[in-house]
Amino acid sequence: MSCEKISNALIAYLDGRASSDERFVIEAHLKLCAACQERAEEFRRLWQVMSEVPAVEPSPAFDARLRQRIAEAAKPKFWGWMLPAPRFAVSVALLVALSIWVGGRRPRSVNLQNMAANSEEQFRMIKDLGVLENYDVLSNFDALSDLPASTQPAQDQQQKRPSDSPGSGSGA
Amino acid sequence: MARSDVQLMLDVKAGDELSFEMLLHKYRKPLVNFLCRMVRDQAAAEDLAQEVFFRVYRARKEYSPSAKFTTWLFRIATNLALNAIRDGRYRQMQISIDAPAAEDEPAFQLPSREARADDRLIERERNQMIRGAILTLPEKQRAAVVLHKYHDMDYAEIGKILGCSESALKSLLFRAYETLRVQLALLVARPAAQPAGEGKRHEL
Ligand SMILES: [Zn+2]
Repeated sequence: MSCEKISNALIAYLDGRASSDERFVIEAHLKLCAACQERAEEFRRLWQVMSEVPAVEPSPAFDARLRQRIAEAAKPKFWGWMLPAPRFAVSVALLVALSIWVGGRRPRSVNLQNMAANSEEQFRMIKDLGVLENYDVLSNFDALSDLPASTQPAQDQQQKRPSDSPGSGSGA
Repeated sequence: MARSDVQLMLDVKAGDELSFEMLLHKYRKPLVNFLCRMVRDQAAAEDLAQEVFFRVYRARKEYSPSAKFTTWLFRIATNLALNAIRDGRYRQMQISIDAPAAEDEPAFQLPSREARADDRLIERERNQMIRGAILTLPEKQRAAVVLHKYHDMDYAEIGKILGCSESALKSLLFRAYETLRVQLALLVARPAAQPAGEGKRHEL
């Protein structure tokens, strides 16, 4: 049998998983072929050398990190319960109305842009609360969402409006 | 009697968190090590291992024991690792593995007096060289070698994990070990095959 045909069975021979037929054929070949003998010898040494490399230990925080991730995933999704919430919808509507009213004199495109930025900011605020992972904040969230979330950005906008121009010109 | 992995997973499916902890405890280290040998560094490997366990947990309700638990687990891990590698999220080590193997680097011509003075350094360099050689294998060959060599899995299981036939796997393994044998020739070649008469070699 040729060296090439031997080669695919050689690994199985060396790791002890070859069938007895394969073993017989390979042993016969190895007796006659110095090149394959040498290769087999080097494979054995290669495996020894590979075994030298020690295993690593997972970092101590591994389990805690996983548990945290699982716990986070188990929490109800913010979007899931925020969007159907009537209060949230009302505050968004108010915000939109306010923006339109405040930005009345501005060109329409700029106005829309600000609106988008504004509600985005609000969304981010709401999402950030989740990151805090503070159950008190979460459970009191209804209260929070009533006032500051909806009025604060609008106030900001109102204050900034008269003087702002740096951002507004670029996108329109 | 200890519950089998499949039984543990079925218990997880039924809502038993403790069984998940047991599986985590049992497979955390093998999985991190497998992934460590697949991607560049341990931090990246741990990120992937986190993802694997998270997916196992998330899929618990749909779990059905159609294969060995390890086959399922390592299949998830292998797919994640291969995707990550192909995305280039974890760039393969581009370090000097090739260089010292090709040129005759004295650091690996053991043992000179200076070399022996710092055995630990040598050990570390050897380990790095071996890890590096494995990391330069094409990713599927790499996975095959790691599962075969370090996880002692049989061909049927590795084949199922990698989605290839046993004969395809055997030739994959042969090619991979052949590459490693050449790359790590300095560590693997028989000492007698090296030219005699170099004084240093006989200082032992
Ligand atoms: Zn031969």
